[in-house]
Amino acid sequence: MKGGWFKVYAIVYLVFLYAPIILLPMFAFNDATIISFPLTGFSTRWFEEMLDKPALSLAVKNSLFIAVTSSILATTLGVFAARASTRYRFPMKAGLMGLIMLPLVLPEIIVAVSLLVVLLGLGVSLSLWTVILGHVLICTPFCIAILSSAFQSLDQSLEEAAYDLGESAASTFRLIILPLVMPGIISSLLISFTISLDEFIIAFFLAGTEPTLPVYIFSQFRFPQAVPVIMALGTVLVCLSIVLLTIAEYFRRRGIAKAGGKDTGGFL
Amino acid sequence: MTEKPTMIAFQDVQKYYGDYHALRGITATIREGEFFSLLGPSGCGKTTLLRTIAGFEGISSGAVMIDGRNMEGVPANQRPTNMVFQSYAIFPHLSVGENVGFGLRRAGLSKAEMASRVGEALDMVGLKDYGDRAAHALSGGQRQRVALARALILKPKVLLLDEPLSALDKKMREQMQVELIRLQRQVGITFILVTHDQEEALVMSDRIAVMFEGEIAQLADPETLYRRPNSRKVANFIGTMNFLPAHILGESGGQIEVEAKGFGNLTLAAEQAPGAASGEGASVGFRPETLTILFEGQVASDREAMAVIEEVVYFGDMTYYDVKLDGSDAPVRISMRNVFGRPVLDIGMRTRVAWSPGALVLFR
Amino acid sequence: MGQSRWSKLRQTEAANGLLMISPTAIYALLLLAAPLGTIILYSFLTDGYLEIIRTFTFANYIEAWTNELYRSVMIRSLGVSMAVTAVTVLLAFPIAYFVSFHVAPSKKSLWLFLITIPFWTSYLIRVFLWKVILGYNGVINSGLLGLGVIEEPLTFILYNVNSVVITLAHAYAPFAILPIFVALEKIDRSLLEAGQDLGESKFMTFLRVTLPLAMPGVIASVLIVFIPTIGDYVTPQLLGGPEGRMVANLIQLQYLKLDNYPLGSAIAVSAMVIVTIVSLVFVGLNRRYLRGPK
Repeated sequence: MKGGWFKVYAIVYLVFLYAPIILLPMFAFNDATIISFPLTGFSTRWFEEMLDKPALSLAVKNSLFIAVTSSILATTLGVFAARASTRYRFPMKAGLMGLIMLPLVLPEIIVAVSLLVVLLGLGVSLSLWTVILGHVLICTPFCIAILSSAFQSLDQSLEEAAYDLGESAASTFRLIILPLVMPGIISSLLISFTISLDEFIIAFFLAGTEPTLPVYIFSQFRFPQAVPVIMALGTVLVCLSIVLLTIAEYFRRRGIAKAGGKDTGGFL
Repeated sequence: MTEKPTMIAFQDVQKYYGDYHALRGITATIREGEFFSLLGPSGCGKTTLLRTIAGFEGISSGAVMIDGRNMEGVPANQRPTNMVFQSYAIFPHLSVGENVGFGLRRAGLSKAEMASRVGEALDMVGLKDYGDRAAHALSGGQRQRVALARALILKPKVLLLDEPLSALDKKMREQMQVELIRLQRQVGITFILVTHDQEEALVMSDRIAVMFEGEIAQLADPETLYRRPNSRKVANFIGTMNFLPAHILGESGGQIEVEAKGFGNLTLAAEQAPGAASGEGASVGFRPETLTILFEGQVASDREAMAVIEEVVYFGDMTYYDVKLDGSDAPVRISMRNVFGRPVLDIGMRTRVAWSPGALVLFR
Repeated sequence: MGQSRWSKLRQTEAANGLLMISPTAIYALLLLAAPLGTIILYSFLTDGYLEIIRTFTFANYIEAWTNELYRSVMIRSLGVSMAVTAVTVLLAFPIAYFVSFHVAPSKKSLWLFLITIPFWTSYLIRVFLWKVILGYNGVINSGLLGLGVIEEPLTFILYNVNSVVITLAHAYAPFAILPIFVALEKIDRSLLEAGQDLGESKFMTFLRVTLPLAMPGVIASVLIVFIPTIGDYVTPQLLGGPEGRMVANLIQLQYLKLDNYPLGSAIAVSAMVIVTIVSLVFVGLNRRYLRGPK
């Protein structure tokens, strides 16, 4: 009984998972403004239209800027916190770590409104930077999770060996610790980048006049004639994600091979 | 033979971890060029003591001196010591050559000089031509050699080894024991080894410090430790020892009279129990190989007693007999080499047993 | 040469640890703790015309819980997220089991990869696509009509709670699968063989050995789905219709449209409290499964 039924279930499940995604290229190349069956004909005009929208390119630029900055900041903060929590004991550790990791269990809308209230109260005007502030908050816990695991698997005697051989704390970090947690840092950057790029609620509340890509997409849903372009955009985004993920997976496997570890299956 | 100068001196070293008293007043010296071992069960403080030499642990009071210099305030990366870690701590992202040459990075050597010194070090540990190999692809024994080369290339005054052989299988371990002795003689510096394996310590060391619960129980060369342990605890930790109850009859003229069940009256040297009073209870201890079963026609060289064989354990090259000496209450274990042509005896047989009082150790 | 007390102090583990964590901790204190504190504070204040009146009051909470509309939205949010959690986790378990036990080790990461690809697309677009699928002229309806299975388009599948549940279940599927998968992978296979060796059937071994050992993963899975879904904004907004509005939509309304920060804060805090209580109750009930090896 076991094998056969499970496989059928798995296939059906995968169909359910992919159902919406399959529609993307279907309607992106469909020659009609209404998204419904039956399909009318092949056309690439939505892609052409997509490239011709200044509002869209602005939103893309904004999102990229926010995502890159947020991922760098979140990873940096993550390195500090992960290193502190895996290597040192200090008072209030549990409390501070709990606070830092809190965004994991807090609905994003709460983070968004609380930041909004405080920023407006302080008279800070909303901009890309206020979005970055929010994104760093929610990305850092993920970075810490990834980096903690990387720091944990670092044999402490490697650091002591480096000291013993004459290195200082700084050069030990540069020569030994950093290279060995680099896969973790890269994962952390990628995950934060992805989270930030797709994040809607915080951007919606805190972006002010400059939209991010998700905010732009959301605003377009109100206009039925704008939707096919969104389909084209979605298709492009999916392909990009797959490419990025494949590259990341390739580097992850290479990293494991270089350090002589075993593949435990997947980023997550 | 003149004694070599002192390389390491511990002066009443105390260490606390919070309330836990890890090192309780360690005072000892280690000589230049010695192969010295810290031996004891886990938790006795031997690794902690080693790390205070290396500089990875501080001390709460007392002093650790290396080559006459007090190491207070000197961080680990400035001490004239190098360490081989229990896990070897080979840097996985570097090649074997890069690992070995790691400590020379700041010495400002030219590429050629560096390469030649790394080559020398690898050659010394038997890993010639391994320079370009990836460090993570090595076996346990090879990693250990890389760790040794990496430490020795810096020509430290003291090499510290933290249980270096515990991760290896038996064959590899025996091989490496010989290697380490050879290496130490070749390089000539002080080696300090931490181990819980008493056989290992006995084989390799010039002197051994046996530690229990943060204190040095006895510090001596292997033979002295084995033949004259200063307490039952040390006696039991190194090899096996039999004990029979005894009591002290009196002391006179540098000798003690002791009566022990099964042995009768004995005269032992007074250093064994200074200040002993008549009537005091004690134990007499002896190693399994110090009692011999006499076969037909053999004559005892010193003293002799009768015994009954209670258990026979055949080991191939040895046989262990549990025998009960006449007049004593409990059996003791003696070991006999199996000589071709000599029979293995049976349970229940009565036999003569030979022994010498000089081999007995008195414990209070 | 001794050391100054300051340098001895600096070397202590505690000092180094605090120093190391300080950038992140300060960031969190300023941008998370303080703002959260502020909205909790606001929830006890009153909304004036152009500003907030600083008089302490419970009125906002009373309003939030007695007002029919608000209360029903909050209860509905709780119900929806519980439904989504149940559906998602139950459907996720067999897939996780399949990949863990019936897929060759070399292929496992490929399956995980396949399962996670759909989620590397924009969440917004995915939600919109479900709208397309479930809509009056959407994929399901035009498909079923074309096949002749129905004569009129189905209306119960969009703009209500059902569509919200379906969409969220789809969105959170991989989050549910992964913790269960990880827990199942950790199970020592020889335990299962021992179970069978002792006479149990495969199914009973599953119930008595596999399931309890997988429980920590299931619990993690439940929390990972439950907590974010209750606060989801996009799905109810786009395809919940008037009956499908959830608490996040309500909060947004109060803050951005009605400019009523105190009431919005009260609703937000209430939502947080509900989530915390339900989570703690759930974890508490399952304490015995969490005692095992991690």
